[in-house]
Amino acid sequence: MSLPIAPELSTLSSPLEILAGEDVVILEDATVRYRIPRERIRTFKEFAIRRMKGQIQFVDLLALHHVSLQVKKGEVFGLIGANGAGKTTLLRLVARVMRPTQGRVIVRGRVAPLLAMGAGFHPELTGRENIYLNGALLGYTRRQIDEYFEQIVDFAELRDSIEAPLRTYSSGMLARLGFSVATAQMPDILIVDEVLSVGDIAFQEKCGTRISYFREQGASILLVSHDMSSVHKMCNRAAWLNHGEIIQVGPAEDVVLKFKEYMGI
Amino acid sequence: MIFVRNLDNLCMVQFESMTILTKKTVSETKPLYDSAQRKLAPLLEAREAWRYRDLIFFLVRRDITARYKRSVLGIAWTMLNPLGMMIVLSIVFSQVFRVTMEGYPAYVLSGLIAWTFFAQTSSSAINALVWGGDLLQRIYIPRSSFAISAIGTGLVNLLLSLVPLFAVMLVIGSPLHLTILLAPIAMLFLGLFSLGVGLLISTIGIYFADVVEMYAIVILGWFYLTPIIYSLDYLPANLQRLLQLNPMVHLVGLFRDLVFYGTIPTIEEWLITTGFALGTFLLGWLVFTSKSDEFAYRT
Repeated sequence: MSLPIAPELSTLSSPLEILAGEDVVILEDATVRYRIPRERIRTFKEFAIRRMKGQIQFVDLLALHHVSLQVKKGEVFGLIGANGAGKTTLLRLVARVMRPTQGRVIVRGRVAPLLAMGAGFHPELTGRENIYLNGALLGYTRRQIDEYFEQIVDFAELRDSIEAPLRTYSSGMLARLGFSVATAQMPDILIVDEVLSVGDIAFQEKCGTRISYFREQGASILLVSHDMSSVHKMCNRAAWLNHGEIIQVGPAEDVVLKFKEYMGI
Repeated sequence: MIFVRNLDNLCMVQFESMTILTKKTVSETKPLYDSAQRKLAPLLEAREAWRYRDLIFFLVRRDITARYKRSVLGIAWTMLNPLGMMIVLSIVFSQVFRVTMEGYPAYVLSGLIAWTFFAQTSSSAINALVWGGDLLQRIYIPRSSFAISAIGTGLVNLLLSLVPLFAVMLVIGSPLHLTILLAPIAMLFLGLFSLGVGLLISTIGIYFADVVEMYAIVILGWFYLTPIIYSLDYLPANLQRLLQLNPMVHLVGLFRDLVFYGTIPTIEEWLITTGFALGTFLLGWLVFTSKSDEFAYRT
C-alpha cells in the first residue's frame, strides 16, 4: 500500500524554524507518488489470491518528484508547464487537500483556493443558505459569515435574489456568488487556477481589483496559467514544472523565456 | 484570465466593502500547516472536526431542508415514513403470521426507528466519504465532518420519528414512561456505533470498492438478525445466545427498554452497550484517521 511515509521524528525541525523570514509556503523535497496496480484489482477475493501468489505489481506514477520551492509573502508566484506536469497536484499540496508521499509542505496563513469556488452549492437551497454552507466549507465560522454576509451579497450583486433557490440563478450569478464567498476574507495565500472567467466584463474588473487589493495588503498569490504573457507580466517569480520535476525557478521573465524556448514558441 | 490586465495597473480602487475585508476578527491567529506533523492523527482530526463544527451544523441543515424542499408534506415525511412501515409490518405480522404480542405496533416501531437510524446514517456516512470525493479533492475540510454530519442528520430524524411512536403508543393504550428521559443516552450510543461502523467500512472502501456495495446486503441480513419485527423470546435458546454477539441486539434493546417497556436496563446491559458503542467508535476513528490521507490518493 502506498502510505505516505512520515519522516523520522528526531530529524524533524520545528516548522517555525524552517519558515524563516518572509516565506509563507515552503515545499521541501515534496514527492507525490500514486501507486497504480498494473492491472485493475478491485475485489477483495482477487486481491487476496494475488497477494498470496505475490502477483501484484504496481506502477509508480510520480506526479511530483523532489520539488522544493518557497513562496514569499506578498509575491505573485507563477506555475507553468505542460498539461500533466504536476501543477494541480502542487496546488493540492498547498491547499492541504493531500499530503506529500515524501517530503514536507509548510503553509503559514489562511489559504483561499479559488479552485473551490462554489464548492458544495446546493440547487434547492437559497442564496443565503448557500453562502453559509459554502463559507463553512471554506473554513469560515458562522460568526465570520454573519459579519461578511452583507458584503458578500453586495459584491456579488445579488441583493434581489438572495432568498431565491440557487437553481434559479444563471451561471454568471453562481460564479459571482462563488467568488464573493471565497474572497470575503482577505487570505494570506490565494490560489488561482487559469480560467477565472467570473461573470461579465464589469464583474471581472471588480474581481481583478479585489485581487490587486489583496496583493497590496501583503497576500501571496499562487497562479497557474498557460498564458505566458500574463505570467510574465504579473508574476514576480515562477517555476517551470515538467513531468513532476522542477526545471527552473526564478524571476518570471527568465523562466517564461526558457519555457518558450523549450516549447519552441 | 480576468485579472491580468487589472493587476497590470495596480491602481487601487477603494470601495466601501474593502474596509470590512481587512478587519481582523478577534482571536485570529495565523494558522500554520505542516504536512510532516502527523503524530496523534486521531486527536488532530478530532480538534479539526471541532473547529469545523459550524460546517457540520450547516451540512445537517442542508440535508434536512434540501431533501424535502420540493415535496408538499415536507419534513412530515420523516414521521410518516416509519409510521407507514410500521403499519405494513404490523398488518403482515399480526394478520398473516398471527403474532400475538401486547403492543406489537409500538414494539415494531420503537425497534424500527432505532434500526433505521443505524442503517441510514452508516450508509450515508460511507457514501459521503467514498463517493463524495469531488469536494474532498478541491478543498481541505476535516474528512470526518461528512460522517459526523450524517450522524447529526440521523439524530434529528430519530427525534422527529419519536412523535409518531408516541402517537401510536397513545392510540394502542401503551403507557408512556419516565424512562424516556434516559433515551438520549441510547441515541448517543447508537450514534457512536453507527459512526464507528461508517468510518470502518469507508476506510476499507478506499482499498476495495466492493465492500461498499456489499454493505447494502449486509445491512439487510443484519436487520433480520436483530429483533426488530420479532422478539428474541421466540427463538431457540442457543440461537438467542448466539445473537448476543450482535451489538445491535443490545443497542436496539436499550432504546426499546427506555422508550417502550419503560424499564431501566441492568448494569450489565449498560456496560455491554457502552462497550460496543465506545469500542466501535474508537476503533473506527483510529483506523479512519490513520488512513484518511489515502482518500486523496485513491479517489
